Amino acid sequence: MSEQPTIEVRNLRTHFFTKAGVVKAVDDVSFSVGKGRILGLVGESGSGKSVTGFSIMGLVDPPGRVAGGEILFQGRDLAKLSEEEMRKIRGARIAMIFQDPMMTLNPVLRIDTQMIETVLAHDKVSEAEARKRARAALVQVGIPSPDERLKAYPHQFSGGMRQRVAIAIALLHKPELIIADEPTTALDVTIQGQILFEVQKLCRESGTSLIWITHDLSVVAGLADEICVMYASRIVEKGTVDEVLDHPLHPYTRGLIGSVPSRNVRGRPLAQIPGMTPSLLNLPPGCAFRARCPRASEACLVEPEMTAPLPNREVRCFHPHLETVAA
Amino acid sequence: MTPPPAEAAVTSAALAPATAREETPFRRFVADFAESKVAVGAFVVFVVIALLAIFANVIAPQNPYDLAQLDIMDGRMPPGTVGGAGFTYILGTDDQGRDMFSGILFGLRISLMVGAGSAFIAFIVGTSLGLLAAYFGGRTDTLIMRLVDLQLSFPSILVALMILAFLGKGILNVVIAIVVVEWAYYARTVRGTALVERRREYIEAAECLALSKPRIVFRHLLPNCLPPLIVILTMQVARAIALEATLSFLGLGVPVTEPSLGLLIANGYEYMLSGRYWISFYPGIALLVTIVVINLVGDQLRDVLNPRLRK
Amino acid sequence: MTVYLIRRLMQSALVVLAMTVILFLGVYAIGDPIEILISPDADQIERERAIAALGLDRPLWEQYFTFLGNALQGDLGRSFVFNEPALKLILQKMPATLELALAATVFAIILGLPLGLIAGLKPDAIYSRVIMATSILGFSLPTFWVGLMLIMVFAVQLGWLPSTGRGPTAEFLGVQWSFLTTDGLRYLIMPALNLSLFKISLVIRLTRAGVRETVLMDYVKFARAKGLSPNRVIFVHVLKNILIPVVTVTALEFGSTIAFSVVTESIFAWPGMGKLIIDSIYVLDRPVIVAYLMIIVFMFIILNFTVDVLYSVLDPRVRLQDQKA
Repeated sequence: MSEQPTIEVRNLRTHFFTKAGVVKAVDDVSFSVGKGRILGLVGESGSGKSVTGFSIMGLVDPPGRVAGGEILFQGRDLAKLSEEEMRKIRGARIAMIFQDPMMTLNPVLRIDTQMIETVLAHDKVSEAEARKRARAALVQVGIPSPDERLKAYPHQFSGGMRQRVAIAIALLHKPELIIADEPTTALDVTIQGQILFEVQKLCRESGTSLIWITHDLSVVAGLADEICVMYASRIVEKGTVDEVLDHPLHPYTRGLIGSVPSRNVRGRPLAQIPGMTPSLLNLPPGCAFRARCPRASEACLVEPEMTAPLPNREVRCFHPHLETVAA
Repeated sequence: MTPPPAEAAVTSAALAPATAREETPFRRFVADFAESKVAVGAFVVFVVIALLAIFANVIAPQNPYDLAQLDIMDGRMPPGTVGGAGFTYILGTDDQGRDMFSGILFGLRISLMVGAGSAFIAFIVGTSLGLLAAYFGGRTDTLIMRLVDLQLSFPSILVALMILAFLGKGILNVVIAIVVVEWAYYARTVRGTALVERRREYIEAAECLALSKPRIVFRHLLPNCLPPLIVILTMQVARAIALEATLSFLGLGVPVTEPSLGLLIANGYEYMLSGRYWISFYPGIALLVTIVVINLVGDQLRDVLNPRLRK
Repeated sequence: MTVYLIRRLMQSALVVLAMTVILFLGVYAIGDPIEILISPDADQIERERAIAALGLDRPLWEQYFTFLGNALQGDLGRSFVFNEPALKLILQKMPATLELALAATVFAIILGLPLGLIAGLKPDAIYSRVIMATSILGFSLPTFWVGLMLIMVFAVQLGWLPSTGRGPTAEFLGVQWSFLTTDGLRYLIMPALNLSLFKISLVIRLTRAGVRETVLMDYVKFARAKGLSPNRVIFVHVLKNILIPVVTVTALEFGSTIAFSVVTESIFAWPGMGKLIIDSIYVLDRPVIVAYLMIIVFMFIILNFTVDVLYSVLDPRVRLQDQKA
C-alpha cells in the first residue's frame, strides 16, 4: 500500500452526448492497479468496461467525452493532458490490445510498417534500429521466423498469430500499463490459453500492470489479482479474485458466477439472470439491477453507494450476500 | 411567447386523438415529407415552375414561336429595355428579338413535357420488363437483365448520341433516346423489389386463388413495388430534363422553331463571349432551378419511402 | 481462372458483334443507306455506281457480312466531308480527347480526394456540408451549363483564361500535347475542369463514405492507440485503405469521361473526337459517325473487360459468384 499505484481512476464519468440524450457509459468508476498487478474488469457487453479502457487511453470519440473524475497515471491526471502529451503516452507508457485481432492490424500495410512506425512514433532511432526492435518483439511473443513474418501482410496470419503481433506491438516500448480489451474472446480456446499464459508471464517478468477487460469470468479466475464487476456503467463489486469468486456479495456477481458452466453442476440447468441489460439512455432511478434482482426491495429505489461491509471488499448493494461469507 | 409547458401538453393531448383518427397512409406520407423544410420549399418552387410552364401562353407577354410577333429591331436588348411592342423585356431579348422571359416560359414547357413524358414512358417500359423478368424468371429474366447490364455499361450520352445519329433530330426522337437510356434503371429496381415481394404470402394466396398472371403481376405485385420506383421516377425526370437540354444544346434535340431551355442556351452561347450574357444565362438559371428542386424533392421522397429508414 | 477469362472474352466478343449488328441496322436499315453513305452532292450516275460498289442491291445479310469484313480490316468507310478514311480521321483526333480526359481524371483525384477527406473527417462541420452540397450540384447540373458559366466568369468577365480552342501544343512521344506548354496548359484548365465536374463529385462522395467507414475501424483506433501522430493515422492508415476503391472507380469511369467529352469539346471548341462526331452529325457524315461509335464501343468493352478481370483477381467473392451463375 506504500507504493504509488500505476494507475488510479477516481470517480470517472464518460458520457456520450447523443441526439437522443446523454448516455452515461461510465458513471462514477473508481479503481486502482498497483505495479505488476493484474486487474480483471468484468461485465456484460454494454456495461461500460471497454469505454473505461478507452477513457484511460484518451480515445473516446465524439459525441463521447470524459465528463468528470481523475485518471491518475503515476500521479499525473491523464484527463487534463493535451492531445499531444497524451499521444506521447499512448503506445509508449500505456498500450492497448484490442478484442478482434482480425480487425486491429491495417490490412493494406505490412507488419514491419505497422511495427516500425510505432517505434518511431516515440523514439528518435534509425529505421534499422526500429526494425531490430520490432524483430525482437516478435521473438518475445513466440512468432517463428520473424524476419519473414515482418515482410508479410496481416491476411497471411491466423487470428492467434495476429493477436501475438498486436501484443508484440504493445510491448515495443515496455509500457508500465497494458489495457487488454477482451483480447482472447475471438480466438480458439487452445490459443486463448496460450495467449493468456504468455501475457501473464510477460507482465510478471517486466513488472507491467495489466487491466484485463472481459465478460468471461473463467478467464479472469486464473489470471487476475483483483476483480471489478461492472453493471450498467457502474462498478457493483470489487475485491481480490478469490474473495469475489468464492464469496460474491452482489446478486449480479452471484448470477454471473452461476451462469458459468462447470463440471460440478452437470445435469442441472444453468442458472440464468432473468431479463436484459437496461438501456443506458433512460435508466430508471435507483439500483440499475433492481428489475432483475431476486433480492430487490423498496430500498433499491434509491441509488446504492459503494460500501465496504468487509475488509478489502466493496459492493454497491443494500442486500449483499453476507451470509455466504459468514458460513 | 412560448406557452408554459403544462399548457403545451394540454394542447398536444387534445390534438393527438384527432390526428390519430384521421391517420391514413397518405397523410402519414405527407407528414413525413413535410419534416424537411428544404424539400417542402423545393416542392413549392416546383409547383410554381410547373404552373408557369402550363400557363405560359397566358403569362408570357409574347408568343415566342410566332415570328410575326418578333421584331428583329429589338434583337439582343439587355434586360429591362422597353421594346417596340410596348412592354418591357425584363430578361432582355435574343438575336431574333424574342422576349427571353416568354422564351423561357415556353422553353420550360417543352423541357418539362419532354422530361416528364419520356421519364414516364421509360417508367412504363422498364417496369413492365422488370416485372416480367422477376415473375417469369429463367430465360426471360436472363435475357432482360443482360440487356439491362449492357445498357447500363454505356454512358447515357453515348447511347442517346447513337440513337439520334440514326434517327435524326426532333422531339419524338429525343423522347425515344431518353426512354432507351432510362428504362434499364426501372427494370433493375423493380426486378429487385419484385423478387423479394413475390415470395411473400399474399402472392402465394393470389396464386392459390388461381388469379390470372397479368392480374397477379399488375394488381398485386406492382403496387407493392411502387415506392422505390416513384423515387427513381422523380430523379429520372430531372435527368431526362438535363439530357434533353444537353442534346438540344448540342443541336441534336428539339427543332429551332420550338426551342427548349437547352436550345435557348445554345442560341445565346455565341453572344455570351461578347458580354451579352442574358440570352444564355437566364434560361440556364431556369434549367438549374428546375433540376435542383426536382432532385431535392426526390431526395426527401427517398428518405420517406425507404422502408429501412421508417420508424 | 483461365476458363473464366476465356468465357469473359467470348462474352465481350459477342457484345462487339451485337454492336456491329445494331450499328449496321442503324445505318442500313433504319436510315436510307444511300442518303447515309453517298454524298448528297453526287449525281445520278455516281449514285448508281456507288450503289453497285457498296453492294446495296444485295440482300441485307450479305451486306452485313461485307460491312463486317471491311470493319475487321480496319475499313470503316470514307468521310465524304474530308474524303479520308473515317478511322484515320478519328485516330488523328484521339490524342486531344485522351489528354482532356486524362487531365479531367487528374483533376478529379487531386480535388476530390482532399475535399472528400475533409468532409469525411468532420462530417458535421459547416464546410463539410458546403462540400457535400456542391457535390450534389456537381451530380445534377448539366455539364454544358457549368461549362458556359466557367467561360462567362473566367474568360469573359475576369479574362484570366482563354475561352475556347486548344492553343499551342508540343510534341512528346510523337503526339501533340497541350500540357507541355504554359499557354497550352491555360487552354486545358477550363475544359478539363468542366469535364471532371461529375467525377470530382463522385470522388468526393466515395472518399467521404470511405473515410467515415474507415475511421470507425479497429485498426484506425489501434493506430491511434500506438501513439501515432494524427497525420500519420489519416494519411497512411486511413487514406491507403480508401485509395484502392477510389482509384478503381476513377479508372472505371474513364470510358464515360471520354464519352462525355462530346459535350465539353463542343462548348470549348476542343479539337478532339467528340467535336468531330458532333460536327459529323451536323453534316450527316455518317461513315465518321459509324467509325466513332464502333471505336468507342470497342474501347468500352475492352475497359469493362479489363476491370471485370481485375476485380475477379482482387476479390475472390466475385469469382465465386460468377462461377455459380
